[in-house]
Amino acid sequence: MTSPAAYQVSHLDALEAESIFVMREVVAEMERPVLLFSGGKDSIVMLRLAQKAFAPANIPFPVMHVDTGHNFPEVIEYRDQRVAELGLHLIVASVPEALAAGLVRESADGMRNRIQTPVLLDAVEKHRFDALFGGARRDEEKARAKERVFSFRDEFGQWDPKNQRPELWSLYNGRHHPGESIRVFPLSNWTELDVWHYIARERIPLPSIYYAHEREVIERDGMLYAVNEFIRPKAGEERFKAQVRYRTVGDASCTAAVRSDADTVEKVIEEVAATRITERGATRGDDRVSEAAMEDRKREGYF
Amino acid sequence: MSVEALAQADSETARPMDLLRFATAGSVDDGKSTLIGRLLYDTKSLFTDQLAAVEAVSAARGDEYTNLALLTDGLRAEREQGITIDVAYRYFATPRRKFIIADTPGHIQYTRNMVTGASTADLALILVDARKGLVEQSRRHAFLCSLLRVPHLVLCVNKMDLVDWSEEVFERISDEFTAFAAKLDVPDLTVVPISALKGDNIVSRSENMPWYEGPSLLHHLERVHIASDRNLVDVRFPVQYVIRPQSTTVTDYRGYAGQVASGVLKPGDEVMVLPSGFTSRIASVETADGPVAEAFPPMSVTVRLTDEIDISRGDLICRPNNAPAVAQDIEAMVCWMDETRPLQIGGKYAIKHTTRSARAIVRGLHYRLDINSLHRDDAAGELKLNEIGRVRLRTTVPLLADEYRRNRTTGGFVIIDEATNRTVGAGMIVEMG
Ligand SMILES: Nc1nc2c(ncn2[C@@H]2O[C@H](COP(=O)(O)OP(=O)(O)OP(=O)(O)O)[C@@H](O)[C@H]2O)c(=O)[nH]1
Ligand SMILES: [Mg+2]
Repeated sequence: MTSPAAYQVSHLDALEAESIFVMREVVAEMERPVLLFSGGKDSIVMLRLAQKAFAPANIPFPVMHVDTGHNFPEVIEYRDQRVAELGLHLIVASVPEALAAGLVRESADGMRNRIQTPVLLDAVEKHRFDALFGGARRDEEKARAKERVFSFRDEFGQWDPKNQRPELWSLYNGRHHPGESIRVFPLSNWTELDVWHYIARERIPLPSIYYAHEREVIERDGMLYAVNEFIRPKAGEERFKAQVRYRTVGDASCTAAVRSDADTVEKVIEEVAATRITERGATRGDDRVSEAAMEDRKREGYF
Repeated sequence: MSVEALAQADSETARPMDLLRFATAGSVDDGKSTLIGRLLYDTKSLFTDQLAAVEAVSAARGDEYTNLALLTDGLRAEREQGITIDVAYRYFATPRRKFIIADTPGHIQYTRNMVTGASTADLALILVDARKGLVEQSRRHAFLCSLLRVPHLVLCVNKMDLVDWSEEVFERISDEFTAFAAKLDVPDLTVVPISALKGDNIVSRSENMPWYEGPSLLHHLERVHIASDRNLVDVRFPVQYVIRPQSTTVTDYRGYAGQVASGVLKPGDEVMVLPSGFTSRIASVETADGPVAEAFPPMSVTVRLTDEIDISRGDLICRPNNAPAVAQDIEAMVCWMDETRPLQIGGKYAIKHTTRSARAIVRGLHYRLDINSLHRDDAAGELKLNEIGRVRLRTTVPLLADEYRRNRTTGGFVIIDEATNRTVGAGMIVEMG
């Protein structure tokens, strides 16, 4: 009979198979799915998985970018190029437009992480999306470590971490009433290192800022921020040039770079394998607000 | 990037490294989260900022030592109450294996979250506090693990530091548990005395317990044999989605997408489609990267057949001489997970089984189980939160099902309340009529 040893898949193949299964479940069961595409590495991997899940057909849903207005130009360029290549429909939910319309107000610290949530929820309501694919991974952060693959949101987009639906085997419950929705996380079980191994294996191009390059930066709160139109040196902060790369791509006003010489995918893999700091810990000013900053944002409807 | 460099990166990831999913179980405060923290710490899987954050929180609370449980107890409410509420998933790897950990809550109120974490586990660690011995919740979790057919169990007798590393205490608990497990269906049981707090027998053998001759916990996790746990015999391919490109370049394409639940599918194989019973042959098994010679669990593939037959989501592809039951009368062990309304005879629910959805009515409740004695109460009229019983259901459409003991995918289903849409029950099929 069949020998079990011969029927092994690599852990990367197992993760890929699980993610593809999740995406197909959503398309089969939900009415109006959308994929959140920021041009960051996780959403790029998610998009590749969507291509694979439905090939040779096209990706059967649109993509949406919640644009804080604080962007890295390389990332926006990448986003537009990718969307054009795949013939996707891109919806941009714009924070600057929402600010101009008075829907939200700039927060005191200038960070747009929190005000991005009402803009996202507004777009969800307007387009009547009932399933939103997000690239969040459980290994990123302690509140995310608690989240289901199918994560129920009430009509206010809120997450209730104390009252999540049981989720057994691979039976995902996407049932909801009108106005409610499901956040779906196909990369739940991937780690940062898995993502990079996959990028290497699939030869997926990324925005150039993920690889080491020289940039003018300042040091703030122990992190290196690029000097750009959103981040200006304050008194006492010195500008200098450094070899850096971005480990995450978020809002350009609160995402920091890390010192790095990793200018190829395999060097990045080596670097990530050896690093002793989490990606968000190394790069996100927004998570430092408080111990439970992520949980609080998620409760309000953030990804 | 150079082609050679890419090829090298390829060979790194192509090496099959297997994946062990394991869950913690056991009563509240028996040290599950501490154990996971210790495992991550001692395998150097922790990041300095994670550790620093936990140290800072511990120090601010005036803990005498860094509370490693805070590594998984990440929610505000969990930290306030000092308990785990919902499953935390954690990831680490050693050169031998990659691990996905589900750290589950011990509190009875959150049993459904424990069940969530254990349902996909290859192995469960059942913790017992050496001072307290087996308590009802240890038995409940052990029973749930056997019901869910988690293939490997490890009893961790924890807090050995608080019982003077006593062999006698360990032996007594180990014997008691072994006797209880003998009444359950536990295919593989290992027992390890540990101290999660101090790190004894976690990654290396403890010097405090020279009388213990077995391996450390990590040693066992790295080597426990899981390859034969999968069912490679019964071909079961639940159709998830039909791929039919609306395109001018790809015409007349029709493929059945899904994840192989069990068995091995190959081009040329004669297959039967249920519930219709039509037979055909596999023309090809495809992925986005091209056709493959064989598909087996857990691959997600697209199957194409030589004949045009009507197949849709919820149908199942199998072999003509080895098919699941096509049944509307289902006998199942059900674990009830809803605090607001009990399962009642006559109750109507939605159910989800593989890729099929149906409605079901509860025709009967044979008995409710007493977790401590495993006694069957056949006078029970309902199942309340966290209760387990044997239930008879009648479904609106036939399910294409196997006994759960034979197949975890085609034998399991969830029960959904049609009014609230909440998942209220987990079912494991015992028999089909
Ligand atoms: N002395 C001693 N204390 C321990 C040991 N393991 C855990 N503890 C302590 O026991 C308490 C409970 O530990 P947790 O790890 O939170 O228990 P748990 O099983 O995760 O609890 P729940 O998730 O709420 O069910 C904490 O104060 C730990 O420090 C041990 O081996 N020895
Ligand atoms: Mg715990």
